[in-house]
Amino acid sequence: MQPGLYHILFISTALFFIGVYGFLSRRNLITMLMGIELVLNSVNINFIAFNKYLWPGRMDGLFFTLFVIAIAAAEAAVAIAIIINLYRSHQSIDVEEAEALKY
Amino acid sequence: MPNSLYILLIPLLPLAAFVMHGLFGKKHIRQYAGIISTALLSLSFALALHTAWGYFTQYGQVDGVYEKLVPFKYTWLQFTQHLQIDMGILLDPIAVMMLVVVTLVSLMVHIYSLGYMKGEARFATYYAYLGLFTFSMLGLVLSSNIFQMYIFWELVGVSSFLLIGFYYDKPSAVAACKKAFIVTRFADVGFLIGILVLSYYGGSMDFNTLIQKFTTTGPEYKNVVAASFLGISALTWGVVLVFVGGAGKSAMFPLHIWLPDAMEGPTPVSALIHAATMVVAGVYLVARLFPVFSMTAPALQVVTFIGVFSALFAAIIACTQTDIKRVLAYSTMSQIGFMLFALGVSGKGGETGLGYTASMFHLFTHALFKALLFLGAGAVIHYVHSNEMKDMGGLRKQLPITHITFLIACLAIAGLPPFAGFFSKEEILLAAYQQHKIVYTIALVTSGLTAFYMFRLYFSIFWNKPFATTHRAHHGEGGAAMMLPLIVLAAGALAAGFIPFGHYVSADGKQLPTAFHLGFSIAPVLLAVAGIGLAAYFFKKQSSKPQEASNTMGGLYKTAYRKFYIDELYLFITQKILFNLIGKTAAWFDKNVVDGAVDATGETTLNTSEKIKVIQSGKVQQYAIYFLAGVLVLAVIYIYWQK
Repeated sequence: MQPGLYHILFISTALFFIGVYGFLSRRNLITMLMGIELVLNSVNINFIAFNKYLWPGRMDGLFFTLFVIAIAAAEAAVAIAIIINLYRSHQSIDVEEAEALKY
Repeated sequence: MPNSLYILLIPLLPLAAFVMHGLFGKKHIRQYAGIISTALLSLSFALALHTAWGYFTQYGQVDGVYEKLVPFKYTWLQFTQHLQIDMGILLDPIAVMMLVVVTLVSLMVHIYSLGYMKGEARFATYYAYLGLFTFSMLGLVLSSNIFQMYIFWELVGVSSFLLIGFYYDKPSAVAACKKAFIVTRFADVGFLIGILVLSYYGGSMDFNTLIQKFTTTGPEYKNVVAASFLGISALTWGVVLVFVGGAGKSAMFPLHIWLPDAMEGPTPVSALIHAATMVVAGVYLVARLFPVFSMTAPALQVVTFIGVFSALFAAIIACTQTDIKRVLAYSTMSQIGFMLFALGVSGKGGETGLGYTASMFHLFTHALFKALLFLGAGAVIHYVHSNEMKDMGGLRKQLPITHITFLIACLAIAGLPPFAGFFSKEEILLAAYQQHKIVYTIALVTSGLTAFYMFRLYFSIFWNKPFATTHRAHHGEGGAAMMLPLIVLAAGALAAGFIPFGHYVSADGKQLPTAFHLGFSIAPVLLAVAGIGLAAYFFKKQSSKPQEASNTMGGLYKTAYRKFYIDELYLFITQKILFNLIGKTAAWFDKNVVDGAVDATGETTLNTSEKIKVIQSGKVQQYAIYFLAGVLVLAVIYIYWQK
């Protein structure tokens, strides 16, 4: 059986929620960052899938995916810089330790 | 008429001085401030003289009548087709005369202050204020419409406020400047309502249009006379309300209480503002609207009686005061009373218009000799460092020039021939005699009193006891800067009486021949001589006679010394009645209702925020859950409620 749009959407949805679950349940900031990457990649899969199945003659989805990958790389750099600074000041990268910014 | 835009420069030059000192006076041009201002003002004075010469000899007269010329006019605010506010220049004999008086006295005060204010830390500020005042006063004098006059009227009030409170670290000066400002503002409410009444019925704010409409029996005149409130016509209400404003500025009873306190300002300022120029603004206002005033007899009567009462009242108080500047202040009030009742007894024109000419004449001569008196008093205060008569005496050797010029001014104000005051006062008395015998009698008594209190002042300063040498004078009489204005003004006080004033200034613009009645002047001159003699008897040598006399007078003396308790009456009304009844209620309302509402709002906000702030926990994952939940809710709404 040839895999159709629905199969691919199922995978991307699953990936999205795995990413969300990872973001919400992990305490380690690096792991949380991985969760975010999963969410972004699920979106990428969606773009590619819709591009291929709905508008096969066009390239918009592909370009968007490239943009998302580039931004994800930049975002990872920024996030890791923040995490390193946090480690320097708190000696920990546990998100539960970093909750000074409140009311 | 020739190109006359240079008239604009007359008020604008002092304004330039004000702007310059205001912006750069603190640092760059501080030590030159006086010189710069004086130079600008002498230019102004020269232009004013040129204007006067041109107006009176060349273009002012058409067929023997002095015209009201409007050489410059600019529509400032256009409300409707007919109602507009202009900024313009109105030239007529009294405006031209006031131009010369204001620039002359202001120039003298500028020169005098070079010496008097030397070493003052806020020297440039002082000259900036003087410039602002001179600008506003000249603007007031030249105003072509009543609203423009009101604007400059307020500007004059502000600069007077600033100058009275110049020594702002002295509590009495601060109190005095507030008092002056509040009292005159209070009077100006009357002025404003008067303006509104007159411009509503006249349909214009322009002086010439207003006068033309109210003095001819057109529809506007019929309307304004027909409309009445409390049985008095709107015309009378309008002009009387305008006069209230004038009475406030001119310190007429019962709005006079600010003038004596205003003497807290620097003495040259008193000479400029509170003797020669600003306080006669009220007289000038009545003279400006005189044709309208003369259409309503009750208003003229108000002017007459307020004037003559203030003249007598102030003269009595002046006899008892011991602060030399306060004596001069009350004397100013008394002389302004003379000018006002002279206007009040005047007729529209021709022979009956003598009062008008006399009033303006007296304004002119009074400006000269009263400025001289104040500047002389300033020289005395500068030397003695005190305002009190008891610290003075025997100063005629120490201050020879001041002594002679002060004597000339005293003789002028007492009304002895051939000094300036004699001529103007004779005209006023003659006008009063022709119209109103009671007013004449009071005025005669007052002029006798004037001679008495002025010479009481003179003898107490320059004769009486020998000068106490305990005070080691560290300087002489004051430099040339202080003596020159005294000499110039003394020359004016000597010669100004011989100007044939009736040829230039009269109620209807036509020349008024002023006959001189020798027989008529016997009574006033005799009274003046008697007053001087009495003053000499009491005060020429130090003795206990004044003390005994005041003891025999008892309560009368005390009452006059305490200024007839008018200040106390005002305090009683404002503090006991107004503050308690209205002030306390308002304070309660403010504290409980207004503040209560504000406090309640604050507390409610605080309580609510206390309850909801726990949401902001600082836990990133919690925020992510809220966010996700929000997205889910929106998604559900989008999917199921889409149709």
